Amino acid sequence: MKEFPYSESKDTRSGFGAGLHELGKTNENVVALCADLTGSLKMDAFKKDFPERFFQVGIAEANMMSMAAGMTIGGKIPFTGTFANFSTGRVYDQIRQSIAYSGKNVKICASHAGVTLGEDGATHQILEDLGMMRMLPHMTVINPCDFNQTKAATIAIAEHEGPVYLRFGRPVVPNFTPADQQFEIGKAVMLNEGADVSIFATGHLVWKAILAGKLLAEKGIDAEIINIHTIKPLDAAAILQSARKTRCVVSAEEHQMNGGLGDSIAQLLAREEPLPLEMVAVNDSFGESGTPDQLMEKYGLMENDIVAAVERVMARKK
Amino acid sequence: MSQSSSANVQTETPPVQQERSIAELKQIASQVRRDIVRMVHAVNSGHPGGSLGCTDLLVALYFRIMKHNPDFSMEGHNEDLFFLSNGHISPVFYSVLARSGYFPVSELATFRKLNSRLQGHPATEEGLPGVRIASGSLGQGLSVAVGAAQAKKLNKDDRTVYVLMGDGELNEGQVWEAALYAPHRQVDNLIAIVDRNGQQIDGSTKEIMNLGSLRAKFEAFGWRVLETDGNDLEKLIASLEEARQLLGQGQPVMVLMDTQMGAGVDFMMGSHKWHGVAPNDEQLEKALQQLLVEEASDY
Repeated sequence: MKEFPYSESKDTRSGFGAGLHELGKTNENVVALCADLTGSLKMDAFKKDFPERFFQVGIAEANMMSMAAGMTIGGKIPFTGTFANFSTGRVYDQIRQSIAYSGKNVKICASHAGVTLGEDGATHQILEDLGMMRMLPHMTVINPCDFNQTKAATIAIAEHEGPVYLRFGRPVVPNFTPADQQFEIGKAVMLNEGADVSIFATGHLVWKAILAGKLLAEKGIDAEIINIHTIKPLDAAAILQSARKTRCVVSAEEHQMNGGLGDSIAQLLAREEPLPLEMVAVNDSFGESGTPDQLMEKYGLMENDIVAAVERVMARKK
Repeated sequence: MSQSSSANVQTETPPVQQERSIAELKQIASQVRRDIVRMVHAVNSGHPGGSLGCTDLLVALYFRIMKHNPDFSMEGHNEDLFFLSNGHISPVFYSVLARSGYFPVSELATFRKLNSRLQGHPATEEGLPGVRIASGSLGQGLSVAVGAAQAKKLNKDDRTVYVLMGDGELNEGQVWEAALYAPHRQVDNLIAIVDRNGQQIDGSTKEIMNLGSLRAKFEAFGWRVLETDGNDLEKLIASLEEARQLLGQGQPVMVLMDTQMGAGVDFMMGSHKWHGVAPNDEQLEKALQQLLVEEASDY
């Protein structure tokens, strides 16, 4: 098992803030809209240095989404910022009609996704957002794993013409991916080559998968670990290549089992290469109040949950 | 003639419209109304009532008021832009676009049919020139227009953004989010128009969701408000010209336009019953007899 050294832990939302600030300097068409959560979204630096391109919209997410769509008509590249819940479920119809169906170049940037939002509880902990966004034609869906990757993804999506959903979170996680990485939309990242099982993880679960890989190595299991930062378009070639080698698959995500990464992989495998799959995800339940760590444990999203899933899926392997 | 001062916008200025007389505009409006009733009759579906009621407005905008380029570009730099928020009145939008030269008039025959660019509600998916965003699910167009108007300001493009909404549409909460935002941000290159026909699907707006005084409401939100007769071309044009004079003063402008649903066809007028119902053969003939044009050029 490879080592993944890191010097500090940081939140992915700060990666977004850093990437957006960078874009402010390099791309004059980038504008930012925020629904009264500038601090939470780490958009302060952009707001301070590019005030004429920062639009405070107040607590009015529907207006924000349609307005962003309108701004693209003048050639702007709007980045909207609010919590993942208010970036998706609250404004699904605005996104569907004004952004996705209209093919508008809006970047929907969503923080505090999943149970790691913590104490605020289930009203704010969206676990269905990847599914909702992935169902929309024309939408690209990205869920990076750490600060550096979120920053790189933020910069990369400005160059991509078309609507994008970029999901990130609140807690600090090890910042282990390279600071100088080139983020390629739709291209899975091989983290550890292995022979016994393929683990496909996204977002915060990528680090958990690395921790699981170490535990598995102690048990003599050689896990292949791949970071699926882009849920749509899914890197089918990378997933199939790995699955065909190891003959069994585990998916891991901070999301409902319905509609998320595991679902996407299940569809692919069912069509192309039926192989056993176990999903580490929230099983048809809302979250609740608690610390992020307590919630990750209670909802079965820890490294030991991935290890257990690997053991189950390897027992099913033919 | 104002030259674009924007550094990042390099487009040709669209041709200035020739000034058409009221008599000419009336002829065009009659032809557009003929198109509307024929389009909805042909597919036995669509929304004639609101389309007929807003015909004079769209004719005034596209044939007199707006500077626009039928050689369509999505971004529309240095052009006036129009957004149709109440997308169900697509027949009038399509007819006016076609007759302004955005696409062949003959294409009106494909309205609501399979593989057409003329979807039931306006869309960009099929690439129909003149349509800049999908609409149909109500309440989104004012926000879109506010966004487009702000993009124009960033681009130092001094043209105007127009948006039309239905009065029933004002039931939607999002409209009021945008209504609060636009004066706060001083979006003063925007003219919003409400088609106040007093009807929505289930009955009169008074009965379904009473809007009360829209003038008082929008003024309280910080808009400049004008009221006009949306079926009198002379008054309508005068009001739109007055609205333009009010731009650039820190406030968005709202034109409350009284119309008759079904205007131009006596048996369709003033009732919500023709909101989403097409005429039969006999009713079509009767309607066309009332919509006379010196030289009809039906598609």
